[in-house]
Amino acid sequence: MKRIYLDHNATTSLDPEVLKAMMPYLTGEFGNASSIYECGRMAQKAVVEAREKVARLIGAQSDELFFTSGGTEADNWALKGAAEALRDKGNHIITTVIEHHAVLHTCEYLEEQGFEVTYLPVDEYGLVDPAAVEQAITDQTIIVSVMYANNEIGTIEPVEEIGKIVKEKGILYHIDAVQAVGKIPVDVNAIGVDLLSMSAHKLYGPKGVGALYIRKGVKINNLLHGGAQERNQRAGTENVAGIVGFGKAAELSCDNLIETAERLTRLGDRLAKGITEKMDHVRFNGYPLHRLPGHVNVSIEFVEGEALVMSLDMQGISVSSGSACAAGSADPSHVLLAIGLPHEIAHGSLRMTLGKDSTEADVDEVLTILPRIVEKLRAMSPLYQ
Amino acid sequence: MKRIYLDHNATTPLDPEALKVMMPYLTEEFGNASSIYEKGRVTKKAIAEAREKVARLIGAQSDEVFFTGGGTEADNWAIKGAAESLRDKGNHIITTVIEHHAVLHTCEYLKEHGFEVTYLPVDEYGLVDPEAVKQAITDQTILVSVMYANNEIGTIEPVAEIGKIVKEKNILYHIDAVQAVGKIPVDVNAIGVDLLSMSAHKLYGPKGVGALYIRKGTQIKNLIHGGAQERMRRAGTENVAGIVGFGKAAELAFDHLSETEERLTQLRDKLLNGMMEKMDHVRLNGHPIHRLPGNVNVSIEFIEGESLLISLDMKGISASSGSACTSGSLDPSHVLLAIGLPHEIAHGSLRVTLGKENTEADVDYLLDILPEIVQKLRAMSPLYEAYLKGEGNRV
Amino acid sequence: MYSEKVMDHFSHPRNVGQIENADGTGQVGNAKCGDIMKIDLKIEDDHIVDVKFKTFGCGAAVATSSMVTEMVKGKTIEAALAISNKAVAEALGGLPPQKMHCSNLAADALHEAIKDYQKKQAQ
Repeated sequence: MKRIYLDHNATTSLDPEVLKAMMPYLTGEFGNASSIYECGRMAQKAVVEAREKVARLIGAQSDELFFTSGGTEADNWALKGAAEALRDKGNHIITTVIEHHAVLHTCEYLEEQGFEVTYLPVDEYGLVDPAAVEQAITDQTIIVSVMYANNEIGTIEPVEEIGKIVKEKGILYHIDAVQAVGKIPVDVNAIGVDLLSMSAHKLYGPKGVGALYIRKGVKINNLLHGGAQERNQRAGTENVAGIVGFGKAAELSCDNLIETAERLTRLGDRLAKGITEKMDHVRFNGYPLHRLPGHVNVSIEFVEGEALVMSLDMQGISVSSGSACAAGSADPSHVLLAIGLPHEIAHGSLRMTLGKDSTEADVDEVLTILPRIVEKLRAMSPLYQ
Repeated sequence: MKRIYLDHNATTPLDPEALKVMMPYLTEEFGNASSIYEKGRVTKKAIAEAREKVARLIGAQSDEVFFTGGGTEADNWAIKGAAESLRDKGNHIITTVIEHHAVLHTCEYLKEHGFEVTYLPVDEYGLVDPEAVKQAITDQTILVSVMYANNEIGTIEPVAEIGKIVKEKNILYHIDAVQAVGKIPVDVNAIGVDLLSMSAHKLYGPKGVGALYIRKGTQIKNLIHGGAQERMRRAGTENVAGIVGFGKAAELAFDHLSETEERLTQLRDKLLNGMMEKMDHVRLNGHPIHRLPGNVNVSIEFIEGESLLISLDMKGISASSGSACTSGSLDPSHVLLAIGLPHEIAHGSLRVTLGKENTEADVDYLLDILPEIVQKLRAMSPLYEAYLKGEGNRV
Repeated sequence: MYSEKVMDHFSHPRNVGQIENADGTGQVGNAKCGDIMKIDLKIEDDHIVDVKFKTFGCGAAVATSSMVTEMVKGKTIEAALAISNKAVAEALGGLPPQKMHCSNLAADALHEAIKDYQKKQAQ
């Protein structure tokens, strides 16, 4: 059975060109990038080139980029490193209720360490109000952390407007851009951001590698201590193959960014329109306009998300859900609750995230299969009765 | 020119078999291991199998193994996580002066945060005295962290003896075993260790993945917060290919451990004896017997390490040195200074670490070219000139 | 890491050795920091007619020593004194940043040798 993968916000397949670029570093060029002999120098050069490519994707200079083991480490580093470095200045952090757990749980950790955290609410579309950010700022505020685009509902936040407010007050600004980078244009200077987290495997790069952008002149404490790698700011032998793969993936997405975004927006609209036409009692989650290309999050009333995901899986379609069962926790997605969905509606949410390998045929196939599954599940739902 | 890689303590080539099992996860099986659909289930199963293999290599149960982004992260996690979790019990940490920077710099970080750290000295062979550990323990001591084997001089520490002392006092025991696992038998239960750090790329696995062994029942705080991966103890989407590669590398190491250990020990001794025969003013660093198979660390008097490395590199040989220049700092290796070498002797150190693909011919080639290079460098060394004139100090 | 020129001077160092009864000898650096450079000069009519060096140190240390001997041969003392460590590094096509301080001492050794010569002359 040919499988249709519609969960690109969870992870993406490794681009074959990326794998090709990585292969030398998984075979002959295995040197430690810190070594001075030939194969070490080759590895070092490869890391330098990758850094340039990732920097270019977000409009940064290459010496502002630091590779990590992933987006989660980048978020942890940014927040803990900044909080520690600025502890003398204040103890207040502002973030939002719809952040990824990498930000939320790090903030909770910082609360245990004596920091105060304000979690800003969002509106029904998942948008953060820049005025709310401004009002939340106190003379103790040291960091504002807002995600660029939400992983579940795809809403793109007004990061530039927020940036203006934050920079006016001279506060450090962190953006979790894991879901945005590679999907939409991101320019660190246009936003005025100080710290920005990225992940390779969300943009057709390998898992196990990410990066933190640190604006020149911004000082944060290290998260991982040890060797002198990453210019003394992130210890640990460089994951050369992973870094090279990230670089290649960044280059590829940089080259095709606008055209891929446009195509996926059209495909996403086609999917959403089809769902509306073929099913009743559905509602779309997230902001209709400023949203990630190819991102559809829909609540299908009277059905439960995990059942939906499993039924689609049996038909060869991979998607995800904000359902509690799917996430392995007792509550449904904190994001869906934050935009005001009642529990039972949140449980019935379906997230379909298209990627560059998605085709019109994939969308049409889903539009054929999904209504049948929903009908079947609703037929056994007491709520529907 | 055929290149000979003799720097296996820095990193190892990825075993082709490990790469082979990684390939599916770099191509079609790219699913996120946390997803419930088929692609996710496949990767989840692969991770579970890898975990079992890594656990078996150190005699642990698989639910005691937690994957990380590498050995450095494992060290950071173990030490910071333990310190934070035990802060109410005490604030004293014991470690040694010859630890890897991943341990030393983490301890320095903790010192800034109110912890007291005792750095135990080592003897001329780099050995930690278990008795010294015992004496350093106070009622504030919450953690003892000792490396299993030193990355530079190859000395294997008396970790089981230290373990007995530490466990008697009911103190948490961490071992940085990055250089030991896969090279010599490691058994977490025989040692009685609570936390043990590992790295895949030191044992023919991929870079960017490591693991922390956490004994069942041991509570330490998380280092990386976020998603529920690694049973809620280490957040971040699993590096599936990396983890699978680590698993295969661990399996291969386990299956061939004693035979490789024996062969590399023989090769090591051949190399060392050859060096001693062919050159004068050479001294071995580290313990002559309690040392890693394949580790040769010598100080070659009157010459400087980086010059030696570049000269070897031009002849196709990759090795390393404790020289300041190669480490990018002003001082030579802290390990070589800790075993009592004077600066100029430490600067002239050469570390050759053999690995499973090395042959007797590799060793012969090195023995063939090294004396010539040393002679050439000594001919331009003012220290050697002074020595010949009788002004220099011999070691 | 190193330029081709550095590698050339490292692999084929010029003017290695010592001069018997040198007119001036200069030595800088110490074993602690990992670099020692010694330069011997033979001087006639205010001109450097021969120069030899010995160096204990890294690739950059050897290459800068070799380069400075080439730069200085046949020069007047005044011209030799004008040669800076920076000029030596530039003549080699540059050095890695971390080498600029610790291993770029060859001109200092040269200047010490000239000072030694001048001191002897004054006596």
